[in-house]
Amino acid sequence: MVLRNGSVRIGGATLLALVLIAIAAPWLGTVDPTLFDAASRDLRPGEMGSISTLDGQTVAHHFRMGSDSYGRDIYSRVLYGTRVSLIVGLACALVALFCGVLLGLIAGYVRRADGLVMRVMDGIMAIPAILIAITVVALWRASLATVIVAIAIPEIPRVARLVRSLVLTIREEPYIEAAVALGTSAPNIMFGHILPNTLAPLLVQGTYICAFAILLEAILSFLGVGLPPDIPTWGNIMAEGRVQFVAYPHNVFFPGVFLALTVLAVNILGDGLRDTLDPKRVDDEHA
Amino acid sequence: MLLVVAVLVFALLRFAPGDPAAIMAGDAATAEQIAQIRAGLGLERPLVVQFGIWLGKVLSGDLGESFYFRIKVATLIGQRLEPTFALAALTILIAVLVSVPLGALAAWRHGGWLDRTLMGFSVLGFSVPVFVLAYLLIWLFSLELGWLPVQGYARIADGLGAFLRHLILPATTLSVIYIALIARVTRAAVLEALGEDYIRTARAKGLPELRVLVRHALANAAVPIATVIGIGIAILIGGVVVTESVYAIPGLGRLTVDAVLARDFPTIQGVILFFSLVYVLVNLLIDLSYVLLDPRIRY
Repeated sequence: MVLRNGSVRIGGATLLALVLIAIAAPWLGTVDPTLFDAASRDLRPGEMGSISTLDGQTVAHHFRMGSDSYGRDIYSRVLYGTRVSLIVGLACALVALFCGVLLGLIAGYVRRADGLVMRVMDGIMAIPAILIAITVVALWRASLATVIVAIAIPEIPRVARLVRSLVLTIREEPYIEAAVALGTSAPNIMFGHILPNTLAPLLVQGTYICAFAILLEAILSFLGVGLPPDIPTWGNIMAEGRVQFVAYPHNVFFPGVFLALTVLAVNILGDGLRDTLDPKRVDDEHA
Repeated sequence: MLLVVAVLVFALLRFAPGDPAAIMAGDAATAEQIAQIRAGLGLERPLVVQFGIWLGKVLSGDLGESFYFRIKVATLIGQRLEPTFALAALTILIAVLVSVPLGALAAWRHGGWLDRTLMGFSVLGFSVPVFVLAYLLIWLFSLELGWLPVQGYARIADGLGAFLRHLILPATTLSVIYIALIARVTRAAVLEALGEDYIRTARAKGLPELRVLVRHALANAAVPIATVIGIGIAILIGGVVVTESVYAIPGLGRLTVDAVLARDFPTIQGVILFFSLVYVLVNLLIDLSYVLLDPRIRY
């Protein structure tokens, strides 16, 4: 069983904890992550300060992870940032899988489309992922949707290639031959007979895409081409903190630790899933 | 393949919203001024014609003029080439020197402490973002210990010492993910080679273990290692963009970010084409090197 694998347990449990943090962020002693107070700028972790609410009141607040140069609470921003990262990771994996599966099925099953589709995929793969992503985001103005699409695009060819190679193997199986002989329509064969047999490798691939997407979203925000700076994402917190890194390194470290931990958990989960679902595949080549 | 890249790059940037002429003209420009700039840039002609003209120029080495820096993109790339090339070369050097011996040793003592440590480190290497690592290293070596400069770049012409002092931290940062990648593949490939009959033969005839490992196992694992170094170039290029930003190195990566922020179409096109060309060429060279690495392969 999948759950008996140690990597799956560790990765899954960490991820579950992060999901709970993301959902429960408002009740974990946080304030609205966009609130700030000029009197509480650049506090060190653990210091007391005040925060101005939207209706003009000033309330005392314990800054567990310190505050940034606007006087915003890093702890609140990091916790709310979990939401953005997890949503981006999951959404990117779904978008890339959906498009990749569609293209891969077509390329693998429809001979005439194969050449064209795969040439375009090769072309996309020849451009480093980060360059595609920052260009797309910068040109279409950063919003949650564009960031997700921008990060998903460079991953589509990898999924398409995987699906295509699986389809080429599966289509030779006797049960496909039987389906063809029975006069089953092509879409029906593709989605009803071939697709279900590609799910295990796709799940593994999806996990890796998720990890990569969370990483890339943070990089985009950090470079200043990602989501707008007032949205609390780990990359944005670090981008804001880097200016004062020498004096206040915690602005970079707390979100950095959360980011590394999340990506690590997803990667470990992926490794565990790969080992349990795909015992034939020795070690790795998912680069 | 490069033609596909060219079409993609051109399409991506030309269909993007945002009028480069309006950006160049600035906020105070009148409609006539903008139209004038548009005409000057050739943005009014049919797209196919624009693409044809552009491709012809690209093939003759003319990448156009930067909207933002107002100089030839080819010149611009030339100016920024040295830091990026130096950074990439040093990174690859460090990565190969560290990861290949470690990967081979891990495979040799399969399941031992080195093996488990290395595999753990390798997952970690894939997960820690380049810029988090960069700040960790800056904090440790530049701020706490004060051994190395925090940021900046020194040209080779300024002296080898200063050049290396500025470059060692960025290159180390960047090499971590590369090490993780190469070490994994080296381990897997050597592990496979060690299971072959010729290894048993070599041991049986009394060859020293080091010679078995290097001459017989590692030599037979050379092709997959070379392949992954080539694939890793894509990760390296992505890493260069981030690392140069963190360490304030005036290279191609920094140029890419600046160009994107300034919506400088010709420069973005030029940089992406250049990076893709490098990636494809490096992988072509690696394909050709298989002949040297494995005498069984003939083209």
